Amino acid sequence: MLAAAALDFGFPRRTVGRGLDLELRAGEVACLLGPHGSGKTTLLRTLLGLLPPLGGTVHLDGRPLGEWGARERARRLAYVPQAAESYFDFTVAEMVAMGRSAHRGALASPSAADANAAAASLARLGIAHLAGQPIQRVSGGERQLALIARALATGARLLVMDEPTANLDFGNQSLVLEEIARLRASGVGVLLSTHHPEHALRIADRALLLREGRIIAAGAAAEVLTSEGLTALYGSPVAVAEVLLPGTPPRSIRIAAGLPRPS
Amino acid sequence: MALALAALLVLVAWSFTAGRFAVAPGDVARILWHALAGGDSGLGANVEAIVLQVRAPRVVAALCVGAALAAAGAAYQNLFKNPLVSPDILGVSAGCALGAGIALLMSLPIAAIHAFAFAGGLAAVALVVAVGTWIRGRDPILTLILTGVVVGSLFGAGIALVKYVADPYNQLPAITFWLLGSFTGALPRDLPFTLVPIALGVAAIWLLRWRIDLLALSEDEGRSLGLPVAGLRLAVIVAATLVTASAVALAGTIGWVGLLVPHAARLVTGAAFARVLPLSLLLGAAFMLAVDTVCRTAFPTELPPGVVTAFIGTPVFIALLALTFRRQS
Repeated sequence: MLAAAALDFGFPRRTVGRGLDLELRAGEVACLLGPHGSGKTTLLRTLLGLLPPLGGTVHLDGRPLGEWGARERARRLAYVPQAAESYFDFTVAEMVAMGRSAHRGALASPSAADANAAAASLARLGIAHLAGQPIQRVSGGERQLALIARALATGARLLVMDEPTANLDFGNQSLVLEEIARLRASGVGVLLSTHHPEHALRIADRALLLREGRIIAAGAAAEVLTSEGLTALYGSPVAVAEVLLPGTPPRSIRIAAGLPRPS
Repeated sequence: MALALAALLVLVAWSFTAGRFAVAPGDVARILWHALAGGDSGLGANVEAIVLQVRAPRVVAALCVGAALAAAGAAYQNLFKNPLVSPDILGVSAGCALGAGIALLMSLPIAAIHAFAFAGGLAAVALVVAVGTWIRGRDPILTLILTGVVVGSLFGAGIALVKYVADPYNQLPAITFWLLGSFTGALPRDLPFTLVPIALGVAAIWLLRWRIDLLALSEDEGRSLGLPVAGLRLAVIVAATLVTASAVALAGTIGWVGLLVPHAARLVTGAAFARVLPLSLLLGAAFMLAVDTVCRTAFPTELPPGVVTAFIGTPVFIALLALTFRRQS
C-alpha cells in the first residue's frame, strides 16, 4: 500500500502542493484529475520517490518511502511514463526486459528467470506477438502497453501512470483503459493521472481532484466525479450524465461532457 | 559478430604483410610465433625488426585506438541519450588534446601526458554537461551537439595557444603531426601507457553494459527502475573519458570513429547496448586498422588517418543528421 499523509510536495524553492492525503491499495484504480499546472506530475514524482517530500510523509507498505533501497522500492512500486519518442530503437521485448534490472546486481547479466518474467509480462498484456518489433514502429497504444508490461516485469503490484492515455487515438485509449481494468482484477493497484473525466468515470474506483496543489475532493469515484465537482475543478461547466445503453440486459454508463458557459 | 571477427583477422594479416617492405604472410606468422614462443625465426634481423618493432606496435595501436574510440562513442551516445555524439563531437577529444599538448609543451614524461589528457577530457565533459544542463534547449539533441562544438572550439583555441608558444623547431612539428592523428609514434615501450587505461576503461564499460542500456531512458524512468542514475553516469563518464584520453594521447585527435562505428553496429544488432558494445569494439578496431593500413600503403607518402576518417565521416554525419530530423518531424 502507498500512503501519503499531510504531504507537501514540489521543488526546493517552489512548493507546488500542500497538506495532501492519499492512499493506493492493491486491486483498485485511483484517478488523479486536474487542470494543467495543478501539480499532478510533481505529485506523482513525489509519490514515486523521485522528488523528496517537502513535508508530511509517504509510506510504502508501512515503511517511509525514503528508507527503501532503490532496487527494493522498484520491485514494489513501478512507474509507467508517457510513451515518448526515443532515438534508441529498442525492441518491445528489450524494453520490457529492462523492468528486470531491479532484480539483478549492478554488473549481472539477465538470467533465465529474468527472461521468463519478461515474457510472462508481455503475454499478460497480450503483446507477446510484438516482442521482436522495434518499439518506435508499433502503435502508440501498443507502446503504452509495453511500458505497462515493463512496470509489471519489476514485480511491483502498485503502478503509478502519468497520463497513460495522452497522445493516443480513440481506439488506443480504449485499449489501454481496458488493460488497466484487467490489471485491477488481477490484484494490481493503479494510480493514474488523466485529463479525461470520462476515462476516470470508466475505470476509477476512487478519484482525486487536484487544483492548484490542493485536493478539492477525494473519495469514491461516483461521489467525486459529479457535475459540480468537475465544474469546480476545471472552472468551466461540465455535466456528468447517466446514459442507458440499449441491449440485453440494458447497461448504464456515466459520461462527462463540457457545456457552453452561461452567457 | 563472427563475420566481423573474421574480417578483423584478415585485416590484421594484411596489415602485417603490406607496406614499403612487403613481408610474406608465412614469414610474419613465423616471426610472431618465435617472438612469443622463443627461438630464432631464421629470417634475419631486418625482417624481424620490421615485423616486431615497426608493424606490430602500429597494428596493436590502431586496433586499440579504434576499439577505444568506438566503445567511448557508444557509451557517450547512451549517456547523453543522443545518437549523434561521439568523443570528438562532444569536444572531449579536444579537451584531451589540450591536456596532452600542455604536457608535451612542458616536456613531461609519457605517464604525465596521459594524465593531462585525461584531466583535459574530464574538464571538457564537465563543461558540456554543465552548459547542456543550464541551457536545456527545446531540442536537446541539437543543443548538445552545439554545446560540444562550442566546448570543442574553446579547447581548440587552447591548443592553438599551445602551438603558438611551442618551440617552432622541435615541439611545434611534433605537436602538429601528433594532432593530425597518426600511429607513427607508436613505440613498443610506450604502448602499455595506452593499453592499460584503455583496457581498464573498456572493461568498466563492458561490466556495466546491461545498466548502460537504461541510461538511454529518461532519468525518471531509470531511477524508478532502481537505477542509481547519477552514480552510473559518473562511472560511465570516467570510463569513456579515460579511454578517449589514452587514444588521443597516443594517436592524436582521430575523429568520427566514435560516431560512425556504433551506428554501423546498431544497424546490425539493434539498440541493446550489450550487443552494440562487442560489435562496436570489433568494428572500431577493424575500421581503424583498415584506414591506417591504407594510409601508409596506398600513397607515395603517408596520409594522416584522421584525414581519411573525416572524409568518410562528414558525409555520413550529414546523412544521419538529416535522417534524425526527418524522423522527428
